[in-house]
Amino acid sequence: MMNMRADGVAGGAPLIRLRGVNKAFKSGTVALQDVDLDIRDGEFFTLLGPSGCGKSTVLRIVASLTACTGGKVLWRDQPSLGFVFQEPTLAPWSDVFDNVWLPLRLKGVSRAKADQNVRGALASVGLGGFERAYPRELSGGMKMRVSIARALVLKPAVLLMDEPFAALDEITRAKLNDDLLTLRAAIGATIVFVTHSVFESVFLSTRICVMAPRPGRVWAEIEIDPLAVRDEDFRLSPYYAERVREVSAALHAAMGGATCA
Amino acid sequence: MTRETVEDYLFPTLMLVIAILAWEAYVRINHVPSFLLPAPSVVIVTLIRDWSTLGASLLVTVTTTFEALLAAILGGVALALMFHLWRPLERAFFPFAVVMQVTPVISIAPLLLVYLSSSAAVLVCAFLVAFFPILSNTALGLASADHNLIDLFELYGASPWKQLWLLRLPSALPYFLGGLRIGGGLALVGAIVAEIAAGSAGSGSGLAYRIVESGFRLEIPRMFAALFLISITGILIFLFFTGLSWLLLHRWHDSMRARER
Repeated sequence: MMNMRADGVAGGAPLIRLRGVNKAFKSGTVALQDVDLDIRDGEFFTLLGPSGCGKSTVLRIVASLTACTGGKVLWRDQPSLGFVFQEPTLAPWSDVFDNVWLPLRLKGVSRAKADQNVRGALASVGLGGFERAYPRELSGGMKMRVSIARALVLKPAVLLMDEPFAALDEITRAKLNDDLLTLRAAIGATIVFVTHSVFESVFLSTRICVMAPRPGRVWAEIEIDPLAVRDEDFRLSPYYAERVREVSAALHAAMGGATCA
Repeated sequence: MTRETVEDYLFPTLMLVIAILAWEAYVRINHVPSFLLPAPSVVIVTLIRDWSTLGASLLVTVTTTFEALLAAILGGVALALMFHLWRPLERAFFPFAVVMQVTPVISIAPLLLVYLSSSAAVLVCAFLVAFFPILSNTALGLASADHNLIDLFELYGASPWKQLWLLRLPSALPYFLGGLRIGGGLALVGAIVAEIAAGSAGSGSGLAYRIVESGFRLEIPRMFAALFLISITGILIFLFFTGLSWLLLHRWHDSMRARER
């Protein structure tokens, strides 16, 4: 049975289940080996690991951008997806409005009918008034905000984010982390997030999956109290420091105690 | 106007005027006969006096150039699209395109004159040289779309037609315009070369024929006048396509943007 309906009971079937997922490339490289994951409604689920551990591949398999070579991905019901890449990935020939309009346009929604949604999405990422700007006129952080607005414009139930802030400076990154959490509270989407930053993962997530490299596999899963308020005080709290230590230790062990790749 | 723009225009203009005056002075002081080197003033007088012949020839050459260029654009873009839609076609046809490109057009011209009327042969020669840069640049452009954007289009279930229209064609535009700027200049070269090889007289004679003819008759000022018209045509073609590129690309493409320092 591929699709299991929600039974409405709290703690019911997970939204997305990966069972024994394998991915081998034609070159013979095994990117993923026997990955089992449950992603539940409303979670901020983070895949954390060193480069080459296949965390991006997991995300691409979930988004059906890549097929797995073994195992299966089970959706409880097929929800709408938003995807944010590491690069802003905007069409340089289109202005900000047209870039955010794109997902709706591909669904056949006219510019006039999309207007309200596009402006709403841009306002939600703090870019109201930038509709007519071209991507090149924006800073790296603003481009990433446009990219997030584009992912949000279809009001997706699941937002997949592949190291979206990795290329940004620390200050911009912290600001976008805060804004992402505010957005999440507003839209209530389930977020699957990929990062190689321990601090970012602990600050944002409700659950962290630490992955080990070569072959990519699940090493450990660590819960972060979903009720803890994520603000500056959280960053300074002993609880945060303790979780960072725990996640770092897991990551270190996952890499076989070796120094960073 | 700022100091930079004054310098940008003043210095080249000044240099050109000085060169022409020096040429004029050299001829007058040394009493160089005009069948060896005519003074610029004599060239201008000849240009005005022979305008009925030279103007008609100019029209022939320009018409040939633009007909050939139009055919090269239509053929080049159509073939590039076919290559894109069906890769085996590219492998099958590319050797032909390369052979056409590497064989100097002057060496094919006599053969074409055997098979075709002289005006048709001239047109085909101009087409052959302009065709390849447009084809190869457009094909390269179609293949250069951002891979993440392609993923995004797949994620949102874009039809191949929409992917072509909203992604592939805009990505290819800067490459196509680059090919056009090269092809535009080459179409004129091809037309001139073929006219010289054809060497036909009569009403359908282009500027290159006027040069050959003037050479035989030792009418060197007229030779210069025809040469002047060819240069002006080449410059105008270049300026036209540069302007067109600017018009279409300056809002978004790096090649058209002056860096602010």
